[in-house]
Amino acid sequence: MKRILTLSTALTAVAFAAHADVTVMSWGGAYTQSQVEAYHKPFTAATGINVVSVDSDNPAPAVKAMVEAGNVTVDVADVEYADAIRLCDDGMLEEIDASTLPPAPDGTAAVDDFLPGALTDCAVSTIVFSTVFAYDTTKFPEGPTTIADFFDLEKFPGKRGMRKGAKANLEMALMGAGVPAAEVYEVLGTPEGVDKAFAELDKIKADTIWWEAGAQPPQLLADGEVAMTTAYNGRIFAAAVAEGKPFNTVWDGQVYEYDLFVVPKGAPNLEQAMEFVKFSTSTQALADQAKWISYGPARKSSGPLVGLYQDGKTEMGPYMPTAEANLGNALASSYEFWVDHDAELNERFNAWLASN
Amino acid sequence: MTEVVSGPLLTADGRPLKAALATAQARARRRAFLLVVPLLAFVLITFVVPIGYMLKRSFEHDGFSSTAPNLAAWFEANPEGSEITEEAYSALVADLAQMQKDKTPGQAGTRINYTVPGTISLFKGAARKAEDMQPPFKEALLAVDKEWGEPKLWAAMRDAASPYTTDFYHVAVDQKRAEDGAFQRGTDKERIYLYLFIKTFILSGVITFTCLLLAFPVAHLLATLPMSKSSLLMILVLLPFWTSLLVRTTSWIVLLQQQGVVNSILVAMGLIDDSGRLVMINNQTGTIIAMTHVLLPFMILPLFSVMRTIPPSYVRAARSLGATSWTAFRRVYLPQTLPGIAAGSLLVFILAVGYYITPALVGGADGQLFSNMIQFHMAKANWSLAAALAAMLLVAVIVLYWLYDRLIGIDRLKLG
Repeated sequence: MKRILTLSTALTAVAFAAHADVTVMSWGGAYTQSQVEAYHKPFTAATGINVVSVDSDNPAPAVKAMVEAGNVTVDVADVEYADAIRLCDDGMLEEIDASTLPPAPDGTAAVDDFLPGALTDCAVSTIVFSTVFAYDTTKFPEGPTTIADFFDLEKFPGKRGMRKGAKANLEMALMGAGVPAAEVYEVLGTPEGVDKAFAELDKIKADTIWWEAGAQPPQLLADGEVAMTTAYNGRIFAAAVAEGKPFNTVWDGQVYEYDLFVVPKGAPNLEQAMEFVKFSTSTQALADQAKWISYGPARKSSGPLVGLYQDGKTEMGPYMPTAEANLGNALASSYEFWVDHDAELNERFNAWLASN
Repeated sequence: MTEVVSGPLLTADGRPLKAALATAQARARRRAFLLVVPLLAFVLITFVVPIGYMLKRSFEHDGFSSTAPNLAAWFEANPEGSEITEEAYSALVADLAQMQKDKTPGQAGTRINYTVPGTISLFKGAARKAEDMQPPFKEALLAVDKEWGEPKLWAAMRDAASPYTTDFYHVAVDQKRAEDGAFQRGTDKERIYLYLFIKTFILSGVITFTCLLLAFPVAHLLATLPMSKSSLLMILVLLPFWTSLLVRTTSWIVLLQQQGVVNSILVAMGLIDDSGRLVMINNQTGTIIAMTHVLLPFMILPLFSVMRTIPPSYVRAARSLGATSWTAFRRVYLPQTLPGIAAGSLLVFILAVGYYITPALVGGADGQLFSNMIQFHMAKANWSLAAALAAMLLVAVIVLYWLYDRLIGIDRLKLG
């Protein structure tokens, strides 16, 4: 008996050593779910390495805290563009050599296959996501159609929801005030432009509920707490298509950007982490993710492979931020702008929020 | 015939009594000290060291000083007010070139960006070209971006050239760099910290007061009921106390939101109509309600333990001597509960001042407290500013505690 015990313990120990888990930190909810289905499960099936998923409202600060404290517990993190650049600048990320990423099925090298700007020194983009606004169709049968409608309480009365933070809100406010997408960052770079954006937000301030986690806005809409809210487009898609909620997305005035995988410096399972990043940013894996959530893949070669939603009948194309029809009045989020102005504008935003 | 003892008293084994006593006492002291060593070490490691580290962090940031040694040396040699010479520019360009090699221009830019917004890309842009720059360096840098000539930027770099700085405290009291680089009060639209600081203390006072109002009758009831009934009620007080803070806070969201339980009941009863549903959450009201509930046990328990020790015969005696029930309460009962009121209020107030999770969840826009700003800057990775704000809060609480000690006396505090 004792020998069996010893033997089994030893075997388990060996098994554990052979299968170090990769810990991936992401944004939770329907988004993490899509990564689990498209990346984690196939990766485990292919390599035998388990993937542990950890949720966060925003993984970037957690990565910084871990690296500074010298106690890194995640191997891969999913972050926004400006954060990926900043963390890389601060030397907190492992560099990822783009030439080691898998090429497209037709042999195109990864560097040429990814969308422009999707690869940086330390990060590999997985998806293009977008901040849009969505409304409850039971409240507005003749729904709002433009970003200006979001800021128009007279035409469309009811509570609004917005993310508690400056990013994307200020851009949307300017577009709501009639600034063309191409001039948004130029205007926002001037003090008058900032005032203009806040003046637009002032119009709905008293009727706005501020959300922080990406899973909140669909919940606020479903509870009837808000009539209209900004949200990440995939979350609204998941609620509307998968759960049949009466939500409609308005693409006018959308702000889209990349989401990227990074590997924190000092990741406990570096080798497996790199393996995971390469696996999950392959053409097929990125195309597969679009089967689970409506975020556009960051590789050109993945585009044609995107087909139906997992329900087998919904065509994904029209729900992608990058679909032709959705790009009419769309803004590409500028990381250069936010790297410089994040601190200043968020401070101003907090002051604005706290004042009456 | 007796021998006269002279000299010091001796013990049986011939040592001086005084020395023997001292040894024995020293041994006892040593034993007592050894007993508290684990606690002392624990407090030191988990309390004193982190707080010390935090305070240090609020005065220290080496993001620029460690990446720009040449410029730091020039600032060292040329006192404040001296003209920015070509020599300074050449030191800066040398530093920028080195930063590019070490991949640190972002780090240096981030440090300067804390007081002069928009400088991260300025540093990155110049560092990329620094290697190829030819003298005169002033013109070369200004050709990249004319902002390199701004006095504001140079003042910020001078301050950042030393790892020790008060910059973060300037920001924490709502000061901004003016065009000439000196700190001055920010505009109305930019000021936030002092306003929130004061608001936090006012709201904490309101919460403490509502806690006291609600807790006093409950504690009195608990203290005067027979044991069997009071223990049953006590469980009702303790049950929420043992429930997770997050569960209690989110329950309040379910109860108080516009489509929530309370509003729906009021509408069903016809007290309000459907379009006039009350806004009780995601604002200041939500913060006060939820925090009062969360902190209530901290008021009830000290009050209860003090009230239980007050003999009921005192009030009876007062009544029998002709006092009205109000006078008996005011002159006899209330003064005896003061130590409990003081303990409960201090406990609740200090906890409320530092609270952040409940206001973050139910406070919406105007129900945020000072600690939410600390949390915000932690999340935004500006740890030095977070530390400076936390230090302000710490000092304010210590001052309050000292005032309390002077006015009421900390030894009058009774937790039971």
